[in-house]
Amino acid sequence: MKPAAFAYLAPSSVEEAVDRLAEHGPDARVLAGGQSLVRLMNTRLATPSVVVDVNRIPDLDHIGADNGTVHVGAIARQRSCELAPLVRSRVPLFAEACSQVAHVSVRKRGTVVGSVAFADPCAELPAALLALDGQVVARSRAGERVIDADDFFVGPFENSLAPDEFAVELRIPVTAVERTGSAFVEVSRRHGDLPMCGASTVVQLDEDGAVANARIALCGVGQRPMRARDTEDLLLGQRPADELLAQAAELTAAATDPIGDCHASAAFRRHLARVLTRRSLQTAVARARKEDTDA
Amino acid sequence: MPDKIRISLTVNGVGHDVLVEPRMLLVDFLRDELQLTGTHAGCEQGVCGACTVLLDGETTRSCLLFAAQLDGSSVRTVESLARPDGSLHPIQRAFTENHGLQCGFCTPGMLMAACELLEHTPLPEPEDVKDALSGNLCRCTGYQNIVRSVCAAGRVLATAENGSHPASETAETTGASA
Repeated sequence: MKPAAFAYLAPSSVEEAVDRLAEHGPDARVLAGGQSLVRLMNTRLATPSVVVDVNRIPDLDHIGADNGTVHVGAIARQRSCELAPLVRSRVPLFAEACSQVAHVSVRKRGTVVGSVAFADPCAELPAALLALDGQVVARSRAGERVIDADDFFVGPFENSLAPDEFAVELRIPVTAVERTGSAFVEVSRRHGDLPMCGASTVVQLDEDGAVANARIALCGVGQRPMRARDTEDLLLGQRPADELLAQAAELTAAATDPIGDCHASAAFRRHLARVLTRRSLQTAVARARKEDTDA
Repeated sequence: MPDKIRISLTVNGVGHDVLVEPRMLLVDFLRDELQLTGTHAGCEQGVCGACTVLLDGETTRSCLLFAAQLDGSSVRTVESLARPDGSLHPIQRAFTENHGLQCGFCTPGMLMAACELLEHTPLPEPEDVKDALSGNLCRCTGYQNIVRSVCAAGRVLATAENGSHPASETAETTGASA
């Protein structure tokens, strides 16, 4: 199939882009990497009458850091984030999640912000952003709005952006370095496929080796990426022994609400949630203790 | 009908200044407007990799790009590989000599992905090839010979760069590495 007809606009500034979105409202879609949107347009699951291509806007591909926050611009590619020393050193979980998105040739074009805004409940980057307490910066004619990841993901392929808002940047708090480890693990049917389930975890230990801070988010187990807050509370102040991690995995799996589909049954996804939560915790703890030689 | 968009781009070294309908995909532009039918349209949703071309030197899926986006860009397709006299590029020759294709539908995408790999990793291990070509599907499932072909092409190209002639046989003789 071929896309339905649309008008193509290529603004040269963010201001111009939000003007176009304000004029066309829900009839317009922002085109960044196009690795999700164009696929939907080719199959006519999306038929926008106006496409606002933001790839011509200068400096929107920035990957930078200031005051303890990493900033990723709207057209920064997944492959760039995966390889950027700044991302790998300051938010290693995010770089690890990027490395597991699709295939290299898709990541070279696909954007980080686009994948987050697409809000696929199975996708890696929304879950990673949620575990990292990241934010989405939205611009419209009315100004700038900063949305916490937890408020950004509404449901399957649904985010909390208004039709006239343009997601211009992600902000991700820099992960602590001291006694801190993180891990993104997933299981997919084939290399490069969307995962049936994925788990992203950041663990910080205190000087006695007990959990000082734990953040866990999963993809593929519900209508949107899931933050496992009860599990985080369970871990707090405890020593991360095998028994505790097994208990954490059990609690996380029980909190999931997966849907069964052609890729995996609900029961299998819940099973994966248990296995992957434990696996990501084990790896994150090992990295926090600097035991992991692959880190 | 929305306005057509004027673009100026280079395809295989030849400049084109054309008007395109916004919804025209790069793969259709190459095939239908420029008659470069070597690039194959497979799934048309970014899954199969048959339409892989090099955009400004990087592999990309030409079914997930609109031609209208490519003003000022440079595109290389499988037609750029063989010499004007028709003699095959070492990568193409390696595919023929190592049975790297059966029906041939996926081959243009495989060749372009292999091109990019060999540029950055001149002597790839089979694992490198599998990783680089993992986004390209072969429904004949001839993967073993595709991996073998790319490894063989790497050796020929590396030898050629060291001064010898690349026209020698590229057939994999060890057979064990893949």
